Amino acid sequence: MTVQEFWDYLIPGIALGALYAVIAIGYTMVYGVLQLINFAHSEVFMVGGFAVLMVFTKIDFNDPSVGMSVLLVLLGFATAGFAGAGTAFALEKVAYRPLRKRNAPRLAFLISAIGASFLLSNLAGKLFGRNNHSLTIPFENKKVFTVMNAQVTVLQVLIVCSAVIMMIGLDLLVNRTKMGAGIRAVAQDAETAGLMGVDIDKVISRTFIVGGLLGGIAGFLFAMNSSVGYTMGFFPGITAFAAAVVGGIGNVRGAMLGGLLLGLVESFSSPLFGEEWRYVSAFVVLILVLMFRPTGILGERLGRTA
Amino acid sequence: MSTIETPEVNGLTQPAAAKPPVTPLLELHEMHVYYGAIQALKGINVTVGEGEIVTLLGANGAGKTTTLRTISGLLSPRSGEVRLNGERIDGIPPHHVVALGIGQSPEGRRVFPRMTVLENLQMGAYRFKSVPKAELERVYELFPRLHERRSQQAGTLSGGEQQMLAIGRALMGRPRVLLLDEPSMGLAPLIVAQIFSIIKEINAQGTTVLLVEQNAAQALKLSDRAYVLETGSVMMSGTAGELLADPRVREAYLGEGAGA
Ligand SMILES: Nc1ncnc2c1ncn2[C@@H]1O[C@H](COP(=O)(O)OP(=O)(O)OP(=O)(O)O)[C@@H](O)[C@H]1O
Ligand SMILES: [Mg+2]
Repeated sequence: MTVQEFWDYLIPGIALGALYAVIAIGYTMVYGVLQLINFAHSEVFMVGGFAVLMVFTKIDFNDPSVGMSVLLVLLGFATAGFAGAGTAFALEKVAYRPLRKRNAPRLAFLISAIGASFLLSNLAGKLFGRNNHSLTIPFENKKVFTVMNAQVTVLQVLIVCSAVIMMIGLDLLVNRTKMGAGIRAVAQDAETAGLMGVDIDKVISRTFIVGGLLGGIAGFLFAMNSSVGYTMGFFPGITAFAAAVVGGIGNVRGAMLGGLLLGLVESFSSPLFGEEWRYVSAFVVLILVLMFRPTGILGERLGRTA
Repeated sequence: MSTIETPEVNGLTQPAAAKPPVTPLLELHEMHVYYGAIQALKGINVTVGEGEIVTLLGANGAGKTTTLRTISGLLSPRSGEVRLNGERIDGIPPHHVVALGIGQSPEGRRVFPRMTVLENLQMGAYRFKSVPKAELERVYELFPRLHERRSQQAGTLSGGEQQMLAIGRALMGRPRVLLLDEPSMGLAPLIVAQIFSIIKEINAQGTTVLLVEQNAAQALKLSDRAYVLETGSVMMSGTAGELLADPRVREAYLGEGAGA
């Protein structure tokens, strides 16, 4: 790999990693409060893409002005965030809460998660067709600047900046607010959190809403980079899940780190090993990390305390 | 002999200790609790009067923890009632029970290991909009060690410190009734004595205490009244003095031989 190639692949790798990080947060937070891998999170991501597609096709924008572009991007964020949060909220109510109220075994949750994932994905296929739809980018995606001769586009800047803002906001929410304290307490010992006055149902609901908001927005950002389709969640979802495990499942900062790492690995794997390794590389890293550190990079322990 | 000290300790609260109080603060009435098909409590009756320290004694598996968990709403009785101030509270979820003024320091301490001491105490005050300063000061006064360690992760505290934190955390919710599940478990005698004297002080400041203990001698010394649970039923109850003097209690729970 030449120096130039390094920079050429580094930048898209960072953008991709930032997206994986944002999606991974949703997996890791839900795992924290429910000890559940929410496999349907990939479809929350997909819903974000479809929601914006539906809104953008209704608006006729051609060569929008800068102000209009900003408004459209904000509209995209709001639509995707709202749709993602709503889907995640409903998902918890329908697919997981009834099981929790009946003290169902872990396996039942997992099956419900996989079932919900297939259902949502194929429902989207039924409603919108099984071909890919391209999402019109509401701005001119020109290069903004170059780093060591490597181009950086408006979309890449948008993806990285919004991902960083979301991650900082989430970190503050989890570590500095009362709501975050409730989420952490439920993750560490749900029963005792209840004894302290935490409404566990409410905390779980809010966790899904927050994770869904981020997942939906990631779906919108991702869709601008590629396209919208009923299977669009599959690969980014499973990679982000791997990222959450690599970082230490249940650990929010670990998810961010894992996401960035897998994005970079995926991006660099094509020049280093060939394009056909692209979708394999993240899982090689997953297995390597788990071999040497079964709890992930920042994970303290799997499972709950006491 | 331990009985020598009891008249003096009981002397402080003699009127309340003499007979069950007229207006009980907390009442368990014919409470039956099951885990699936297994019956853990078989219709127990327990009353705790305002201002009392009442102890629940009993061997392993007698149902002491089950009793406290039911009071806090973590379990629902299949039949029978839990009453606070005469109002039924059974079937109410735990986070509402706390708001009614029942705090618990659970068995095994259960501090939040990856939160600091201060964050754990703040969790105890979760039911309030903001953390009450007066409560925090009171807890730090009762347990100066917690103040020293306030920025330390709770998971790295010693057993005794974790127990202090669990009690302090329960106090942060400003409970009217404090439920303590085996606060002496696994602690050195010196620390146990210290924790028990703090429980006495908490009670003297106006908090009613329902204490679960296996450490019968010391628990009875600080209590007004006590109940003895055996396999889910109340086998004996009375003032602490009566139970300390009872030969069956002495043999089974105070570790004395039959002839002592
Ligand atoms: N989750 C559970 N599922 C089934 N049975 C249980 C459960 N928890 C407790 N039990 C049973 O209920 C009975 C009472 O248990 P409990 O924990 O209340 O006893 P305890 O008096 O607190 O004992 P210890 O002094 O050992 O803490 C025991 O026979 C126990 O095996
Ligand atoms: Mg117990």
